[in-house]
Amino acid sequence: MSTESRLRIVWLYPDLLSTYGDRGNLLILARRAHLRGLTVEPSEVRSDQPVPVEADIYLLGGGEDGPQALAAQRLIADGGLRKAVERRAVVFAVCAGYQLMGASFFAKGQRCTGLELLDLSSDRGPSRAVGELAGEVDPDLGLPTLTGFENHGGRTHLGPDVRPLARVSVGVGNDGQTEGAWSGTVLGTYSHGPALSRNPALADLLLRWATGRQTLEPLDDTWSDRLRGERLTAVKGTT
Amino acid sequence: MRVTTHRPFRARLATSVSRGAAALSRATGRGDGSVIGGRLGLIIDPDLLAHLAAGREIALVSGTNGKTTTTRLTAAALGVRGPVATNSYGANMPTGHTSALAKAGETPYAVLEVDEHYLPQVLAATGPRVIALLNLSRDQLDRAKEVAMMAQLWRDALRDKPVHLVANADDPMVVFAAAESTNVTWVAAGQRWHDDSWVCPECGGAIVRADDGVDADWRCTTCNLRRPAPQWRLDGEAVVGPDGNRYPVHLQLPGRVNRANAATALAVAARFGVAPADALPRLAEVASVAGRYAQVQRDGRAIRLLLAKNPAGWLEAFDMADQAPTLLSINARDPDGLDTSWLFDVDFAPLRGRPVLITGDRAFDLAVRLEVNEVPFRHVPTFAAALAAVPPGRLEVIANYTAFQDIRAELDRVN
Ligand SMILES: [Zn+2]
Repeated sequence: MSTESRLRIVWLYPDLLSTYGDRGNLLILARRAHLRGLTVEPSEVRSDQPVPVEADIYLLGGGEDGPQALAAQRLIADGGLRKAVERRAVVFAVCAGYQLMGASFFAKGQRCTGLELLDLSSDRGPSRAVGELAGEVDPDLGLPTLTGFENHGGRTHLGPDVRPLARVSVGVGNDGQTEGAWSGTVLGTYSHGPALSRNPALADLLLRWATGRQTLEPLDDTWSDRLRGERLTAVKGTT
Repeated sequence: MRVTTHRPFRARLATSVSRGAAALSRATGRGDGSVIGGRLGLIIDPDLLAHLAAGREIALVSGTNGKTTTTRLTAAALGVRGPVATNSYGANMPTGHTSALAKAGETPYAVLEVDEHYLPQVLAATGPRVIALLNLSRDQLDRAKEVAMMAQLWRDALRDKPVHLVANADDPMVVFAAAESTNVTWVAAGQRWHDDSWVCPECGGAIVRADDGVDADWRCTTCNLRRPAPQWRLDGEAVVGPDGNRYPVHLQLPGRVNRANAATALAVAARFGVAPADALPRLAEVASVAGRYAQVQRDGRAIRLLLAKNPAGWLEAFDMADQAPTLLSINARDPDGLDTSWLFDVDFAPLRGRPVLITGDRAFDLAVRLEVNEVPFRHVPTFAAALAAVPPGRLEVIANYTAFQDIRAELDRVN
């Protein structure tokens, strides 16, 4: 985070990567930071604008094949996101945005080059994964069970330089075994749309990474906790 | 013009089976019969819809939102000319059209609500004289096609067809869909939800709007796609026609969007020779549409039911609702789509300052959304608890599809 202690959160390419309530992650991070007394500067950067290299958190959402391929081309050509990651900015990428963090992905029947910010690659699965997603998060991240909703046709293969975000207990995630990936301060998940609405502790992890703070003062998460409890109960027995 | 009575034998058989099954379905209480009857009829004769349509002058109404209401208003307006067959229960796929036409018997006119995906098929089968194209936006996320793909589907189906379009000039997706059609009447029907049309469907360029208004001028910054000059528009409580005359519209249905639906209905009816002045009294008689906008007195509360199935529909519902206690109910069952992510596409800020209650299967998803949106709310477990929680007077209820049907059932299936 910069010296003037403003937290700059950038939602990248809402014109291409925005399908299912993706704005929610921006709103949730901004609110949780604001409630901790941080000055937040949220912004949306379209695909015809340069990627700012000085922001603290970058968000990427979901999208259809065509826009996903175009987003990858433009992000690679721009180069700003890579520079930001090199100075350890935080990236939270969801669904199609997660896939294009890897070396390659499939869109419109073709293999497309990704940003290579995470050691993974994606191809097409035998069927579309649609439904509730849950799993136990990597213990090193110190987070409670991940819960979300997935809707994607890809399967993602992790390389040795990333760790899975979670072990799948419900749903498909990367391949039915693992879900999402993280390395350094870059984290991706198939839990699509407003993934942070069900995972406030994950939102706070991103904020801790971005601010360098070891702890953040707790918030009243009564409604998130009730939602989490309801969703995790609803999928119990569907494994 | 008369309806032909010389349908092929198979079609006549299918029609009578279809009517019989519909009657059976109604008698056994398993629905209004419109879908099951049509399905049986289509099994016997796949061309049945075409046979039933032959000889009728038909208007189709399609779009993501407002099609049930606009169909009702258009049927009311065409009623000035004579009997009108219509699928008034919202059964808007070919099976529903088949049973609606079979059930109605011979009528000179038909007005059919058509699911967006089925427009090409129903256009081919029924040979309509007019099609009303209302709007296109995201709906039922985990199953619907991308919005631009839907617009392309319409455009391909409409190309070179001898049908007159009545289309919404304020929705870039609709204008793109109608762009290769030569006979178009443009209606400034409005677009409150802009988030599916910032990118030009023609060229991928950015679309800019003159202001935030629902009927703002817009254009693509890269290609020639732009808002056509509308022949019909709203001016406060009135519709202004192509002749420049102002027609005051007094509807029982609330909101600007329903005045826009009335403008579309008047524009369609005009193509059938119905003058606005003759149609308007008929439009004013429509009080509710399959439970939507219905007003019910219960325990001193004046309850009004509003249905909102997708983000664009929610924005319209906020515009319709009075400044009064408001109950929001959300489910995520199969007909609603299983994914609640869309809640974050809706800005609930217009509800600030009203007492807000929430309920439904997925009330907690809504609770988290409202908290982030800084809209204070209270959770109630049931509809009955919501009634008890508000003072006597107006209670607005806004619900998505199955939540709406649940509440309607509690109110004795009000229509
Ligand atoms: Zn264009």
